[in-house]
Amino acid sequence: MGLAEIFWNTLRDILPIIAIIFGFQYLVIRKKIKHLLQVLTGFFMVWVGLSFFLVGLENALFPMGELMATQLTDGAFLPAMAEGAQRHWSDYYWVYFFAFTIGASTTIAEPSLIAVSIKAGEISGGTIDPLMLRISVALGMAFGITLGAWRIVMGWPLQWFVLGAYILVIVQTLRSPRAIIPLAFDSGGVTTSTITVPIIAALGLGLASTIPGRSPLMDGFGMIALACLFPIITVMGYAQLAQWRANRQRSEVNGTSAVSEE
Amino acid sequence: MELVFSLLRQLRDSIRDLAPVVLVIGFFQLVVIRQPLPDALALGDLILGLVFVVIGLTLFIKGLELGLFPLGEGLAKAFVQKGSLSWLLLFAFALGFGSTVAEPALIAVAARASEVVSQGGLIPSSLAAQQAFATTLRMVVALSVGTAVVVGVIRIFNGWPLHLMIISGYILVLVLTFIAPSEIIGIAYDSGGVTTSTITVPLVTALGVGLASAIKGRNPMLDGFGLIAFASVMPIIFVLLFGIFGLGLVTGDH
Repeated sequence: MGLAEIFWNTLRDILPIIAIIFGFQYLVIRKKIKHLLQVLTGFFMVWVGLSFFLVGLENALFPMGELMATQLTDGAFLPAMAEGAQRHWSDYYWVYFFAFTIGASTTIAEPSLIAVSIKAGEISGGTIDPLMLRISVALGMAFGITLGAWRIVMGWPLQWFVLGAYILVIVQTLRSPRAIIPLAFDSGGVTTSTITVPIIAALGLGLASTIPGRSPLMDGFGMIALACLFPIITVMGYAQLAQWRANRQRSEVNGTSAVSEE
Repeated sequence: MELVFSLLRQLRDSIRDLAPVVLVIGFFQLVVIRQPLPDALALGDLILGLVFVVIGLTLFIKGLELGLFPLGEGLAKAFVQKGSLSWLLLFAFALGFGSTVAEPALIAVAARASEVVSQGGLIPSSLAAQQAFATTLRMVVALSVGTAVVVGVIRIFNGWPLHLMIISGYILVLVLTFIAPSEIIGIAYDSGGVTTSTITVPLVTALGVGLASAIKGRNPMLDGFGLIAFASVMPIIFVLLFGIFGLGLVTGDH
């Protein structure tokens, strides 16, 4: 796609939100916009920035994700195997290691996650450690992507995994401290940033098109879904652990009387 | 002058966001794979593409902070104070819809999904059919996020418990999964995670927190969040429904 076409397409993409914001502002609220010039500059930057980003995505992020998938599943790269033998899932260990590393490394330093975890630490009154919370989210994300890669290798239906994760989430939701629940659910959404999503999508589709017997359409999607679900599970798991430890400490300090009160 | 400095700060942040990806892939290329790049991929093109990603992301996020975010937050506040529920709901829907249409990750993944779906023979392999599928998919997701925000706002008003509603959403997803054509399931599940990123999260969270602080007896921490949670379940439901009822309209066979 040419640059002009991309610019034209992204203009169409951002027109609805521009129309909505200005429409509501001038027709319903009927207040003048302060710093109109600054606002217009902002919208112009959004337009140019989005166009550049999408070009870079097509030319760098997608190809890089696909290249990794192709190279890591290449017959010459994988361990040698006997003639006519079926490949064992464990032969793809570098794929899992890559999936885990990319998930953990992109999440642990995510600025929005750092902000949210500091806030959560303040609200919890010290029972939640911001760094531990970040590590839980990163581990959940990394595990979700790794599981997604393994699922593509195995060719098992995505819905089994999602069903299992849903049941875990539901059971944990009923047992977790209530204040952590919205945070846990949102942490799933926070981790999937604009840079991570294309890389993961390309990795999944690449794996599904290079591993024998898999099709991109049936097996290639689902990594993003799992990457969003598992942080919910690990964050609630960490909150439960933190609460349990806090309770135990309190009962140790207060001696046996606290235990008998409970 | 101030703009230049804040742009440079954002440039640093964008580089920091991209760094782990480049470092991990670079490590694997140099230490694990140790193969030359395929001919179709020139290193120069990749680097140029990454420069485009960093510049694009920087301008995009800074532009959002200058224009869309302050306006969106101001409007959210104004509609909460206006006291008219129907206007607030209309605004909530429009905000969710509009921000999702412009979401970069969704644009990229929908385009990729349309290629895969057309290679899989589900839709004709013409470019027009692919673009139609990608646009329809994005519109379905945008409608679902709009609906999710409306449901979330109604929930904050009535103080309904979040987890019961999310669990009902999950159950609906599972029921629909059994009925939906298996080709759409992966795309549907992924669309939930794709929508909640750069534009939608800050705008929708601002609406939720503003609303929860304005209504008596609501806790911004408990009630303000959670809009995002709806916005990541509702797209799955809508795309599955689209797979059940709407796919025939796009593919051409009824």
